Amino acid sequence: MNQAAKLNSIQAINLALDDAMAADENVIVLGEDVGDKEEGGIVGVTRGLSGKYGDSRVRSTPISEQAIIGAAIGAAIVGMRPVAEIMLMNFTTVAMDMIINHAAKLRFMSGGQTHVPMVIRTMTGAGFGTGGQHADYLEAWFAHTAGIKVVAPSSPADAYGLMLSAIEDDDPVLFIENMPTYWNPGPAPERGKKIPLGKANVLREGGDVTLISYSRRVLDCYAVAEKLAADGISVEVIDLRTISPLDSETILASVAKTGRAVVVHEAVKPFGVGAEIASQIYESLFAQLKAPVQRVGANYAPVPFSKPLEDAHVPGLEQIEAAVRATLK
Amino acid sequence: MTAAIPDGEILVGIYQRMTRIKQNDERFRAVLKSGKLVMPYYSPRGQEVIPSAVSACLTDEDYICTIYRGVHDMIAKGIPLKDLWAEFGGRVTGTCKGKGGPMHVTHPATGVMVTTGIVGSSMPIANGLALAAQIRGEKRVSIAYFGDGASNIGAFHEALNMAAVWKLPVVFVCQNNGYAEHTKYAYGTSVPNIAVRAAAYAMPGITVDGNDPIAMYRTAREAVERARSGQGPTLIEAKTFRFHGHVFGDADAYMDKGEKDAWIAKDPVPLFRDWLIATGLASEDQLAAMEAAIAREIDEAVEFTLNSPYPDVAELKRDIYKDEVTA
Repeated sequence: MNQAAKLNSIQAINLALDDAMAADENVIVLGEDVGDKEEGGIVGVTRGLSGKYGDSRVRSTPISEQAIIGAAIGAAIVGMRPVAEIMLMNFTTVAMDMIINHAAKLRFMSGGQTHVPMVIRTMTGAGFGTGGQHADYLEAWFAHTAGIKVVAPSSPADAYGLMLSAIEDDDPVLFIENMPTYWNPGPAPERGKKIPLGKANVLREGGDVTLISYSRRVLDCYAVAEKLAADGISVEVIDLRTISPLDSETILASVAKTGRAVVVHEAVKPFGVGAEIASQIYESLFAQLKAPVQRVGANYAPVPFSKPLEDAHVPGLEQIEAAVRATLK
Repeated sequence: MTAAIPDGEILVGIYQRMTRIKQNDERFRAVLKSGKLVMPYYSPRGQEVIPSAVSACLTDEDYICTIYRGVHDMIAKGIPLKDLWAEFGGRVTGTCKGKGGPMHVTHPATGVMVTTGIVGSSMPIANGLALAAQIRGEKRVSIAYFGDGASNIGAFHEALNMAAVWKLPVVFVCQNNGYAEHTKYAYGTSVPNIAVRAAAYAMPGITVDGNDPIAMYRTAREAVERARSGQGPTLIEAKTFRFHGHVFGDADAYMDKGEKDAWIAKDPVPLFRDWLIATGLASEDQLAAMEAAIAREIDEAVEFTLNSPYPDVAELKRDIYKDEVTA
């Protein structure tokens, strides 16, 4: 990889949308502020697209989340591939009827006569002091619903490749972008290279403990793994990339090897994705486990505003390290 | 708009749809009473005119989104009765392999794209169907059917605003039957007529007698042509009444008996039948033959349904995603 070729996630997702729109005229983009007159979104992910592809295919919408998702569903049913932006993940709550009762279920309820090839882009994440209604990780709600896929990349290159696959996918995909790490540069993706949905990435190989995560917290897991290597602890890091459908095969193969597992996410710990993963590990590998599965997640509370509280709320490097060490006792 | 009576063939076509809806409804209720089929059933009896007149302005290329009380909309749009009945019966031979049921019938071949069980949700999705047509430069029109209760849900307001801003080729058809489930219209709605809400979104809003086939046809024709020619959406409020309450088995205790009897006395199906014969647009023999043919078609649909198998349990893993679920 050319070290000079770096992109951040904003640029990588923009590039994926650009490439998808160039390749398929059925790809359209709609959401609040997505057009160039509105600066291509509050952080500029869609900047330049309406200028290039026109206001018909790239539409800034009213602040009407139900109408945005409804329009995307209707267009998708008749063969378009809409990428609908719901600015912040908390705002998906306003459109839950459209997402859960319709987008996720229409293929099943129609007996396969219709399907909804739609992507919902949304950003979230604590760290910017946005408080209780702008930073939640709500992926467990969606993963709990059959019929919608949930994708959460951890790097710019992954965001690019996963977005290409999400747009091409024939089912609805919720695509979760982490806001605080939007501007982190990373190696540029190979142009046109798709990353398959439903496949986890073994980011770092190791033999003692398996660390499983997705989205921003993969970066923390990787940092902890590097640190523990100095103490002679060999940590395997799995980046799920897709939360649902879950790549159980990769998870179980790794834990079968290490006998120890820690699941880490920024969402609150109780009833989270970590609980599902821990259950699957117990169901398949109970006798082979060398220690109980550990879960690390946010405090069971709304995301607080005050900086020291916000920092204490989300899982930190120390907690992840402690959880890994706990499996080795 | 011309004051002349529409073409006789169109009017007889509207009656054909109306009597088809009425006969199917009567049979659905009879079969439910017999216990041969079990389902949640929302009778459209009394509301036959609205989709019959609207469908007279549409082709198979045009789309509709309808709601749980939408079997009349589906029949008027032309879903074959065997497919429809089998779906209502939960049989694998149904439109949706029995996986949708009465509240979720889909039949793309006749443009029945979505049937929703959620009050208010037909409108945002109809916008999306219309959006696709607009972007592709197609002349298709989308109809969103819904009830008066749905005009009090946020989705109605979001959808009408977006449709107006984007001039989408969509017609919003509110079937105002006077009751939101068990709650009388005036108790839960701030305006005397839902059509006045169109003004808030700078679109035409028309209140029409939804039991008058000619008035309903003219109003629908104008709105559909307006949408088709790129002039944007219209809100039609068609006043009507449901003869059998909210859901099959509803005792109607919340309803004033006199009110219901007065509407039933003006049953639009026999009234229109008599009018067609009196004006010479149709003969008694012609309509009787039409009705008998529909009755036979329903006989076949019922028999087909009762003799059809239920879906295999393997269907639980199918149509969730494109690829079958393995877990």
